[in-house]
Amino acid sequence: MNDGRDSFHLLTNRNTMATKSLKARHEQLAEVTRQMEILNGGIFESGELPYFRDKIAETNQAPLRPKPLEILQINVGYMCNQVCEHCHVDAGPDRKEIMTRETMEQCLEVIRNTGAHTLDLTGGAPEMNPNFRWFVEEAAKAGIKDFIVRSNLTIIRANKKYYDLPEFFARHNVHIVSSLPHYTRGKTDKQRGDGVFDKSIKALQELNRVGYGMPGSPLKLDLVYNPSGAFLPGDQAALEADFKKALKEDFNIEFHQLFAITNLPIARFLDYLIASENYEDYMAALVDAYNPEAVQNVMCTNTISVGWDGWLYDCDFNQMLGMKVDSKIRHIKDYREDVLQDRNILISQHCYGCTAGAGSSCQGTVA
Amino acid sequence: MASDYYNPADLRKFGKITEWSEELGTRFFDYYGKVFEEGALSAREKSLIALAVAHVVKCPYCIDAYTKDGLQRGITKEEMMEAVHAGAAIESGATLVHGVQMMNKYNKLSM
Repeated sequence: MNDGRDSFHLLTNRNTMATKSLKARHEQLAEVTRQMEILNGGIFESGELPYFRDKIAETNQAPLRPKPLEILQINVGYMCNQVCEHCHVDAGPDRKEIMTRETMEQCLEVIRNTGAHTLDLTGGAPEMNPNFRWFVEEAAKAGIKDFIVRSNLTIIRANKKYYDLPEFFARHNVHIVSSLPHYTRGKTDKQRGDGVFDKSIKALQELNRVGYGMPGSPLKLDLVYNPSGAFLPGDQAALEADFKKALKEDFNIEFHQLFAITNLPIARFLDYLIASENYEDYMAALVDAYNPEAVQNVMCTNTISVGWDGWLYDCDFNQMLGMKVDSKIRHIKDYREDVLQDRNILISQHCYGCTAGAGSSCQGTVA
Repeated sequence: MASDYYNPADLRKFGKITEWSEELGTRFFDYYGKVFEEGALSAREKSLIALAVAHVVKCPYCIDAYTKDGLQRGITKEEMMEAVHAGAAIESGATLVHGVQMMNKYNKLSM
Protein backbone atom coordinates (compact mmCIF):
# COMPACT_ATOMS: atom_id res chain seq x y z
CA MET A 1 0.00 0.00 0.00
CA ASN A 2 2.81 2.42 0.80
CA ASP A 3 4.57 4.16 -2.02
CA GLY A 4 8.11 5.46 -1.61
CA ARG A 5 7.00 8.80 -0.24
CA ASP A 6 5.07 7.16 2.57
CA SER A 7 7.89 4.83 3.40
CA PHE A 8 10.08 7.90 3.70
CA HIS A 9 7.46 9.52 5.92
CA LEU A 10 7.39 6.41 8.06
CA LEU A 11 11.15 6.40 8.42
CA THR A 12 11.50 10.06 9.16
CA ASN A 13 8.53 10.49 11.42
CA ARG A 14 7.18 7.32 12.92
CA ASN A 15 10.45 6.17 14.40
CA THR A 16 10.83 9.39 16.34
CA MET A 17 7.28 9.06 17.65
CA ALA A 18 8.39 7.52 20.86
CA THR A 19 10.39 10.50 22.09
CA LYS A 20 9.03 13.80 20.77
CA SER A 21 5.70 15.57 20.35
CA LEU A 22 4.52 16.78 16.95
CA LYS A 23 5.12 20.28 18.27
CA ALA A 24 8.79 19.60 19.07
CA ARG A 25 9.20 18.08 15.62
CA HIS A 26 7.62 21.19 14.04
CA GLU A 27 5.13 19.00 12.22
CA GLN A 28 2.37 20.71 10.25
CA LEU A 29 -0.18 18.79 12.28
CA ALA A 30 1.04 20.48 15.46
CA GLU A 31 -0.86 23.50 14.09
CA VAL A 32 -4.57 23.40 14.84
CA THR A 33 -5.40 25.31 11.69
CA ARG A 34 -3.94 22.47 9.61
CA GLN A 35 -5.92 19.92 11.62
CA MET A 36 -9.12 21.90 11.12
CA GLU A 37 -8.44 22.11 7.36
CA ILE A 38 -8.22 18.33 7.24
CA LEU A 39 -11.33 17.80 9.37
CA ASN A 40 -13.37 20.27 7.29
CA GLY A 41 -11.97 19.40 3.87
CA GLY A 42 -11.41 16.23 1.84
CA ILE A 43 -14.19 13.67 2.02
CA PHE A 44 -16.44 16.08 3.94
CA GLU A 45 -15.97 18.96 1.54
CA SER A 46 -16.61 16.66 -1.44
CA GLY A 47 -19.86 15.50 0.13
CA GLU A 48 -18.77 11.87 0.34
CA LEU A 49 -19.39 12.04 4.09
CA PRO A 50 -21.81 14.45 5.79
CA TYR A 51 -20.65 17.28 8.04
CA PHE A 52 -21.39 16.60 11.71
CA ARG A 53 -23.69 19.65 11.93
CA ASP A 54 -25.83 18.27 9.09
CA LYS A 55 -25.89 14.81 10.65
CA ILE A 56 -27.18 16.02 14.02
CA ALA A 57 -29.65 18.33 12.26
CA GLU A 58 -31.31 15.21 10.78
CA THR A 59 -32.62 14.41 14.25
CA ASN A 60 -33.17 18.07 15.26
CA GLN A 61 -30.21 18.03 17.63
CA ALA A 62 -28.56 21.17 16.24
CA PRO A 63 -27.34 23.38 17.74
CA LEU A 64 -25.91 21.26 20.53
CA ARG A 65 -26.74 22.86 23.90
CA PRO A 66 -25.48 22.16 27.43
CA LYS A 67 -27.47 20.28 30.04
CA PRO A 68 -26.90 20.93 33.77
CA LEU A 69 -23.16 21.01 34.48
CA GLU A 70 -21.88 17.81 36.09
CA ILE A 71 -18.17 17.68 35.37
CA LEU A 72 -15.43 20.26 35.62
CA GLN A 73 -12.42 18.91 33.75
CA ILE A 74 -9.13 20.71 34.29
CA ASN A 75 -6.06 20.14 32.18
CA VAL A 76 -3.10 21.05 34.40
CA GLY A 77 -0.52 20.81 31.62
CA TYR A 78 0.65 19.00 28.52
CA MET A 79 3.91 17.70 29.94
CA CYS A 80 4.00 13.91 30.15
CA ASN A 81 6.57 11.19 30.79
CA GLN A 82 5.13 9.22 27.86
CA VAL A 83 4.69 9.99 24.16
CA CYS A 84 1.77 7.76 23.22
CA GLU A 85 1.19 7.33 19.54
CA HIS A 86 -2.55 8.02 19.78
CA CYS A 87 -2.35 11.07 22.07
CA HIS A 88 -4.90 13.76 21.16
CA VAL A 89 -3.08 16.21 23.44
CA ASP A 90 0.27 15.73 21.65
CA ALA A 91 1.67 15.51 25.17
CA GLY A 92 5.26 14.61 25.98
CA PRO A 93 8.35 15.46 28.03
CA ASP A 94 9.10 18.39 25.72
CA ARG A 95 5.78 20.18 26.27
CA LYS A 96 6.20 23.20 28.51
CA GLU A 97 2.55 24.25 28.83
CA ILE A 98 1.99 23.91 32.58
CA MET A 99 -0.82 25.44 34.63
CA THR A 100 0.51 28.12 36.98
CA ARG A 101 -0.36 28.37 40.65
CA GLU A 102 -2.23 31.58 39.89
CA THR A 103 -4.53 29.81 37.41
CA MET A 104 -4.93 26.97 39.91
CA GLU A 105 -6.09 29.52 42.50
CA GLN A 106 -8.70 30.72 40.01
CA CYS A 107 -9.77 27.10 39.43
CA LEU A 108 -10.08 26.49 43.18
CA GLU A 109 -12.39 29.46 43.49
CA VAL A 110 -14.62 27.88 40.84
CA ILE A 111 -14.37 24.39 42.35
CA ARG A 112 -15.61 25.78 45.69
CA ASN A 113 -18.68 27.30 44.07
CA THR A 114 -19.57 25.07 41.13
CA GLY A 115 -22.73 23.03 40.79
CA ALA A 116 -20.69 20.22 39.22
CA HIS A 117 -20.45 16.99 41.24
CA THR A 118 -17.28 15.75 39.54
CA LEU A 119 -13.83 17.28 39.32
CA ASP A 120 -11.63 15.64 36.70
CA LEU A 121 -7.89 16.45 36.53
CA THR A 122 -6.07 15.53 33.37
CA GLY A 123 -2.96 16.39 31.34
CA GLY A 124 -0.34 15.35 30.16
CA ALA A 125 0.64 13.57 33.29
CA PRO A 126 -1.07 15.83 35.85
CA GLU A 127 1.36 14.65 38.53
CA MET A 128 4.22 16.40 36.68
CA ASN A 129 2.79 19.84 37.41
CA PRO A 130 5.03 21.14 40.25
CA ASN A 131 1.96 22.37 42.17
CA PHE A 132 -0.04 19.19 41.63
CA ARG A 133 -0.06 17.94 45.21
CA TRP A 134 -0.90 21.32 46.67
CA PHE A 135 -3.73 21.65 44.14
CA VAL A 136 -5.13 18.20 44.99
CA GLU A 137 -5.00 18.94 48.72
CA GLU A 138 -6.83 22.25 48.28
CA ALA A 139 -9.37 20.87 45.81
CA ALA A 140 -10.13 17.89 48.06
CA LYS A 141 -11.16 20.33 50.79
CA ALA A 142 -13.93 21.70 48.57
CA GLY A 143 -15.89 18.50 49.19
CA ILE A 144 -16.64 17.60 45.57
CA LYS A 145 -18.45 14.26 45.37
CA ASP A 146 -16.23 12.58 42.82
CA PHE A 147 -12.62 13.76 42.46
CA ILE A 148 -10.90 12.10 39.52
CA VAL A 149 -7.23 12.17 38.59
CA ARG A 150 -6.36 10.70 35.19
CA SER A 151 -3.06 8.99 35.85
CA ASN A 152 -1.09 7.20 33.17
CA LEU A 153 0.19 4.62 35.75
CA THR A 154 3.82 4.66 34.62
CA ILE A 155 4.34 8.04 36.28
CA ILE A 156 3.96 6.25 39.62
CA ARG A 157 7.05 4.19 38.75
CA ALA A 158 8.89 6.88 36.73
CA ASN A 159 10.83 8.40 39.60
CA LYS A 160 11.21 7.79 43.33
CA LYS A 161 9.49 11.09 44.09
CA TYR A 162 6.28 9.59 42.68
CA TYR A 163 6.44 6.22 44.46
CA ASP A 164 4.15 7.41 47.26
CA LEU A 165 1.42 8.65 44.90
CA PRO A 166 -0.90 5.70 45.68
CA GLU A 167 -0.87 6.63 49.38
CA PHE A 168 -1.23 10.32 48.53
CA PHE A 169 -4.25 9.64 46.32
CA ALA A 170 -5.82 7.39 48.96
CA ARG A 171 -5.38 10.05 51.65
CA HIS A 172 -7.46 12.49 49.61
CA ASN A 173 -9.94 9.87 48.42
CA VAL A 174 -9.03 10.56 44.81
CA HIS A 175 -10.73 8.43 42.16
CA ILE A 176 -8.04 7.09 39.83
CA VAL A 177 -8.77 6.64 36.14
CA SER A 178 -5.88 5.07 34.25
CA SER A 179 -5.19 4.06 30.69
CA LEU A 180 -4.24 0.54 29.78
CA PRO A 181 -4.74 -0.19 26.08
CA HIS A 182 -4.61 -3.96 26.45
CA TYR A 183 -3.99 -6.72 28.94
CA THR A 184 -1.13 -8.05 26.84
CA ARG A 185 2.35 -6.55 26.82
CA GLY A 186 2.75 -6.31 23.03
CA LYS A 187 -0.30 -4.17 22.31
CA THR A 188 0.30 -1.82 25.21
CA ASP A 189 3.94 -1.20 24.42
CA LYS A 190 3.22 -0.68 20.72
CA GLN A 191 0.84 2.17 21.49
CA ARG A 192 2.52 3.67 24.52
CA GLY A 193 6.20 2.74 24.28
CA ASP A 194 8.54 -0.04 25.37
CA GLY A 195 8.34 -1.02 29.00
CA VAL A 196 5.03 0.78 29.58
CA PHE A 197 3.15 -2.45 30.16
CA ASP A 198 5.45 -3.79 32.88
CA LYS A 199 5.53 -0.43 34.66
CA SER A 200 1.74 -0.13 34.41
CA ILE A 201 1.28 -3.59 35.91
CA LYS A 202 3.61 -2.73 38.77
CA ALA A 203 1.73 0.55 39.36
CA LEU A 204 -1.64 -1.25 39.37
CA GLN A 205 -0.32 -3.70 41.94
CA GLU A 206 0.84 -0.78 44.09
CA LEU A 207 -2.60 0.82 43.81
CA ASN A 208 -4.26 -2.48 44.76
CA ARG A 209 -1.91 -2.73 47.74
CA VAL A 210 -3.30 0.49 49.28
CA GLY A 211 -6.86 -0.64 48.54
CA TYR A 212 -7.51 0.90 45.13
CA GLY A 213 -9.74 -1.14 42.84
CA MET A 214 -10.42 -3.89 45.36
CA PRO A 215 -13.94 -5.35 45.38
CA GLY A 216 -16.16 -3.14 47.56
CA SER A 217 -13.37 -0.63 48.21
CA PRO A 218 -14.39 3.06 48.28
CA LEU A 219 -11.02 3.84 46.63
CA LYS A 220 -12.11 3.79 43.00
CA LEU A 221 -9.74 2.55 40.31
CA ASP A 222 -11.12 2.50 36.78
CA LEU A 223 -9.26 1.68 33.61
CA VAL A 224 -9.53 3.31 30.22
CA TYR A 225 -9.27 1.20 27.11
CA ASN A 226 -8.75 2.85 23.77
CA PRO A 227 -8.01 0.91 20.61
CA SER A 228 -4.38 0.67 19.55
CA GLY A 229 -5.05 1.34 15.90
CA ALA A 230 -7.54 2.55 13.32
CA PHE A 231 -10.55 0.71 14.65
CA LEU A 232 -13.39 1.42 17.06
CA PRO A 233 -13.67 -0.02 20.56
CA GLY A 234 -15.84 -3.09 20.94
CA ASP A 235 -18.51 -3.69 23.53
CA GLN A 236 -17.44 -2.07 26.83
CA ALA A 237 -18.92 -4.78 29.07
CA ALA A 238 -17.30 -7.61 27.08
CA LEU A 239 -13.93 -5.84 27.10
CA GLU A 240 -14.24 -5.23 30.84
CA ALA A 241 -14.88 -8.92 31.43
CA ASP A 242 -11.83 -9.87 29.32
CA PHE A 243 -9.60 -7.31 31.07
CA LYS A 244 -10.76 -8.42 34.52
CA LYS A 245 -10.20 -12.08 33.80
CA ALA A 246 -6.76 -11.62 32.25
CA LEU A 247 -5.42 -9.12 34.79
CA LYS A 248 -6.65 -11.25 37.69
CA GLU A 249 -5.29 -14.52 36.31
CA ASP A 250 -1.97 -13.19 35.06
CA PHE A 251 -1.10 -10.52 37.64
CA ASN A 252 -3.65 -10.80 40.47
CA ILE A 253 -4.80 -7.26 39.69
CA GLU A 254 -8.25 -5.93 40.55
CA PHE A 255 -10.01 -2.84 39.22
CA HIS A 256 -13.55 -1.48 39.20
CA GLN A 257 -14.80 -0.40 35.79
CA LEU A 258 -13.39 -0.31 32.28
CA PHE A 259 -14.21 2.72 30.13
CA ALA A 260 -13.99 2.08 26.39
CA ILE A 261 -13.00 5.31 24.66
CA THR A 262 -12.91 5.97 20.92
CA ASN A 263 -9.79 7.62 19.54
CA LEU A 264 -10.64 11.01 18.05
CA PRO A 265 -8.93 12.17 14.85
CA ILE A 266 -6.87 14.89 16.49
CA ALA A 267 -3.14 15.57 16.87
CA ARG A 268 -0.99 12.41 16.95
CA PHE A 269 -3.87 10.03 16.25
CA LEU A 270 -4.78 12.12 13.20
CA ASP A 271 -1.12 12.05 12.12
CA TYR A 272 -1.11 8.28 12.52
CA LEU A 273 -4.35 7.90 10.53
CA ILE A 274 -2.99 9.94 7.65
CA ALA A 275 0.48 8.36 7.61
CA SER A 276 -0.97 4.83 7.71
CA GLU A 277 -3.54 5.68 4.99
CA ASN A 278 -6.41 4.91 7.33
CA TYR A 279 -7.87 8.41 7.66
CA GLU A 280 -10.72 8.15 5.15
CA ASP A 281 -11.74 4.63 6.18
CA TYR A 282 -11.64 5.59 9.85
CA MET A 283 -13.82 8.65 9.31
CA ALA A 284 -16.23 6.53 7.25
CA ALA A 285 -16.34 3.96 10.07
CA LEU A 286 -17.14 6.73 12.58
CA VAL A 287 -19.87 8.16 10.35
CA ASP A 288 -21.32 4.69 9.64
CA ALA A 289 -21.46 3.99 13.39
CA TYR A 290 -23.11 7.36 14.12
CA ASN A 291 -25.74 6.93 16.82
CA PRO A 292 -28.20 9.80 17.41
CA GLU A 293 -28.91 8.39 20.90
CA ALA A 294 -25.27 9.00 21.84
CA VAL A 295 -25.57 12.67 20.84
CA GLN A 296 -28.02 13.28 23.70
CA ASN A 297 -25.44 12.25 26.30
CA VAL A 298 -22.24 13.37 24.68
CA MET A 299 -19.87 14.70 27.34
CA CYS A 300 -19.65 18.30 26.10
CA THR A 301 -23.30 18.63 27.21
CA ASN A 302 -22.43 18.20 30.90
CA THR A 303 -18.75 19.23 31.04
CA ILE A 304 -16.64 22.36 31.03
CA SER A 305 -13.01 21.86 30.09
CA VAL A 306 -10.37 24.24 31.47
CA GLY A 307 -7.08 24.58 29.63
CA TRP A 308 -3.65 24.85 31.29
CA ASP A 309 -3.76 28.61 30.71
CA GLY A 310 -7.30 29.04 32.07
CA TRP A 311 -9.24 29.26 28.79
CA LEU A 312 -12.55 27.43 28.73
CA TYR A 313 -13.68 24.83 26.22
CA ASP A 314 -16.65 22.51 25.61
CA CYS A 315 -14.38 19.46 25.97
CA ASP A 316 -10.73 18.40 26.08
CA PHE A 317 -10.80 17.70 22.33
CA ASN A 318 -12.03 21.19 21.47
CA GLN A 319 -9.30 22.44 23.79
CA MET A 320 -6.66 20.68 21.69
CA LEU A 321 -8.19 22.20 18.55
CA GLY A 322 -8.13 25.68 20.11
CA MET A 323 -11.95 26.01 19.92
CA LYS A 324 -12.74 28.19 22.96
CA VAL A 325 -16.32 28.25 24.25
CA ASP A 326 -18.81 30.36 22.33
CA SER A 327 -19.72 32.58 25.30
CA LYS A 328 -18.97 36.00 26.73
CA ILE A 329 -17.22 34.12 29.54
CA ARG A 330 -14.18 32.45 28.04
CA HIS A 331 -11.62 32.35 30.84
CA ILE A 332 -11.63 30.79 34.31
CA LYS A 333 -10.86 34.17 35.91
CA ASP A 334 -14.24 35.48 34.70
CA TYR A 335 -16.10 32.20 35.36
CA ARG A 336 -19.87 32.45 35.69
CA GLU A 337 -21.68 29.15 35.43
CA ASP A 338 -25.09 30.64 34.59
CA VAL A 339 -23.69 32.62 31.65
CA LEU A 340 -21.60 29.70 30.40
CA GLN A 341 -24.55 27.33 30.48
CA ASP A 342 -26.34 29.52 27.94
CA ARG A 343 -24.16 28.75 24.94
CA ASN A 344 -24.01 26.72 21.75
CA ILE A 345 -21.45 23.90 21.84
CA LEU A 346 -18.84 24.14 19.09
CA ILE A 347 -18.61 21.12 16.82
CA SER A 348 -16.60 19.78 13.92
CA GLN A 349 -16.03 16.42 12.27
CA HIS A 350 -13.94 15.08 15.18
CA CYS A 351 -17.23 14.98 17.13
CA TYR A 352 -18.17 11.82 15.22
CA GLY A 353 -15.69 10.10 17.56
CA CYS A 354 -17.99 10.66 20.54
CA THR A 355 -21.20 9.58 18.77
CA ALA A 356 -20.06 6.31 17.18
CA GLY A 357 -21.76 3.12 18.33
CA ALA A 358 -22.40 3.19 22.06
CA GLY A 359 -20.80 6.64 22.14
CA SER A 360 -17.63 7.72 23.89
CA SER A 361 -16.73 10.05 26.70
CA CYS A 362 -14.08 10.33 29.37
CA GLN A 363 -16.46 8.13 31.40
CA GLY A 364 -16.74 5.53 28.64
CA THR A 365 -19.85 4.75 26.62
CA VAL A 366 -22.89 7.02 26.83
CA ALA A 367 -25.68 5.22 24.98
CA MET B 1 -17.28 -0.46 -14.34
CA ALA B 2 -14.43 -0.92 -11.92
CA SER B 3 -11.47 -2.77 -13.39
CA ASP B 4 -11.14 -5.10 -10.39
CA TYR B 5 -13.52 -7.79 -9.22
CA TYR B 6 -12.91 -6.86 -5.59
CA ASN B 7 -12.97 -3.29 -4.31
CA PRO B 8 -12.49 -2.76 -0.53
CA ALA B 9 -14.91 0.19 -0.65
CA ASP B 10 -17.72 -2.17 -1.75
CA LEU B 11 -17.93 -3.73 1.72
CA ARG B 12 -19.57 -0.53 3.03
CA LYS B 13 -22.23 -0.95 0.31
CA PHE B 14 -23.15 -4.50 1.35
CA GLY B 15 -26.44 -3.30 2.85
CA LYS B 16 -27.53 -2.05 -0.58
CA ILE B 17 -28.31 -5.59 -1.75
CA THR B 18 -31.60 -5.09 0.10
CA GLU B 19 -32.59 -2.38 -2.40
CA TRP B 20 -33.05 -4.92 -5.19
CA SER B 21 -34.81 -7.52 -3.07
CA GLU B 22 -36.07 -6.01 0.10
CA GLU B 23 -37.63 -9.05 1.75
CA LEU B 24 -34.76 -11.45 1.14
CA GLY B 25 -32.14 -8.84 1.96
CA THR B 26 -33.84 -7.84 5.18
CA ARG B 27 -34.33 -11.46 6.23
CA PHE B 28 -30.68 -12.19 5.53
CA PHE B 29 -29.40 -9.25 7.58
CA ASP B 30 -31.79 -10.02 10.45
CA TYR B 31 -30.59 -13.61 10.44
CA TYR B 32 -26.96 -12.53 10.18
CA GLY B 33 -27.30 -10.15 13.08
CA LYS B 34 -29.03 -12.77 15.20
CA VAL B 35 -26.36 -15.39 14.48
CA PHE B 36 -23.59 -13.21 15.87
CA GLU B 37 -25.38 -12.23 19.06
CA GLU B 38 -24.20 -13.54 22.41
CA GLY B 39 -25.66 -17.05 22.80
CA ALA B 40 -24.46 -20.47 23.89
CA LEU B 41 -21.26 -19.30 22.19
CA SER B 42 -19.92 -15.87 23.04
CA ALA B 43 -19.87 -13.15 20.38
CA ARG B 44 -16.08 -13.28 20.72
CA GLU B 45 -15.96 -17.01 19.91
CA LYS B 46 -18.27 -16.51 16.94
CA SER B 47 -16.04 -13.72 15.64
CA LEU B 48 -13.08 -16.14 15.59
CA ILE B 49 -15.17 -18.83 13.85
CA ALA B 50 -16.23 -16.23 11.28
CA LEU B 51 -12.59 -15.27 10.73
CA ALA B 52 -11.60 -18.91 10.17
CA VAL B 53 -14.47 -19.50 7.75
CA ALA B 54 -13.69 -16.21 5.97
CA HIS B 55 -10.28 -17.66 5.13
CA VAL B 56 -11.61 -21.04 4.09
CA VAL B 57 -14.15 -19.48 1.71
CA LYS B 58 -11.45 -16.97 0.72
CA CYS B 59 -13.70 -13.95 1.04
CA PRO B 60 -11.54 -10.79 1.15
CA TYR B 61 -14.44 -8.67 2.41
CA CYS B 62 -15.07 -11.10 5.26
CA ILE B 63 -11.36 -11.23 6.14
CA ASP B 64 -11.24 -7.41 6.35
CA ALA B 65 -14.45 -7.32 8.35
CA TYR B 66 -13.56 -10.01 10.87
CA THR B 67 -9.96 -8.91 11.36
CA LYS B 68 -11.35 -5.50 12.29
CA ASP B 69 -14.09 -7.08 14.37
CA GLY B 70 -11.49 -9.12 16.25
CA LEU B 71 -9.38 -6.02 16.93
CA GLN B 72 -12.45 -4.23 18.25
CA ARG B 73 -13.13 -7.11 20.60
CA GLY B 74 -9.55 -7.13 21.87
CA ILE B 75 -8.79 -10.48 20.22
CA THR B 76 -5.03 -10.91 19.91
CA LYS B 77 -3.17 -11.64 16.68
CA GLU B 78 -2.07 -14.98 18.11
CA GLU B 79 -5.71 -15.97 18.63
CA MET B 80 -6.62 -14.81 15.13
CA MET B 81 -3.79 -16.79 13.52
CA GLU B 82 -4.71 -19.93 15.46
CA ALA B 83 -8.28 -19.58 14.23
CA VAL B 84 -7.01 -19.30 10.64
CA HIS B 85 -4.93 -22.44 11.18
CA ALA B 86 -7.97 -24.27 12.52
CA GLY B 87 -9.80 -23.40 9.30
CA ALA B 88 -6.78 -24.28 7.17
CA ALA B 89 -6.31 -27.62 8.97
CA ILE B 90 -9.90 -28.64 8.29
CA GLU B 91 -9.55 -27.54 4.68
CA SER B 92 -6.32 -29.47 4.17
CA GLY B 93 -7.76 -32.39 6.12
CA ALA B 94 -10.72 -32.37 3.78
CA THR B 95 -8.29 -32.76 0.90
CA LEU B 96 -6.11 -35.36 2.58
CA VAL B 97 -8.93 -37.57 3.81
CA HIS B 98 -9.66 -38.20 0.13
CA GLY B 99 -6.30 -39.90 0.14
CA VAL B 100 -8.14 -42.86 1.67
CA GLN B 101 -10.38 -42.98 -1.41
CA MET B 102 -7.27 -42.93 -3.56
CA MET B 103 -5.77 -45.77 -1.52
CA ASN B 104 -9.00 -47.78 -1.72
CA LYS B 105 -9.18 -47.34 -5.47
CA TYR B 106 -5.48 -48.13 -5.87
CA ASN B 107 -5.83 -51.32 -3.83
CA LYS B 108 -8.97 -52.39 -5.63
CA LEU B 109 -7.36 -51.99 -9.03
CA SER B 110 -4.07 -53.57 -8.08
CA MET B 111 -3.28 -57.30 -7.96
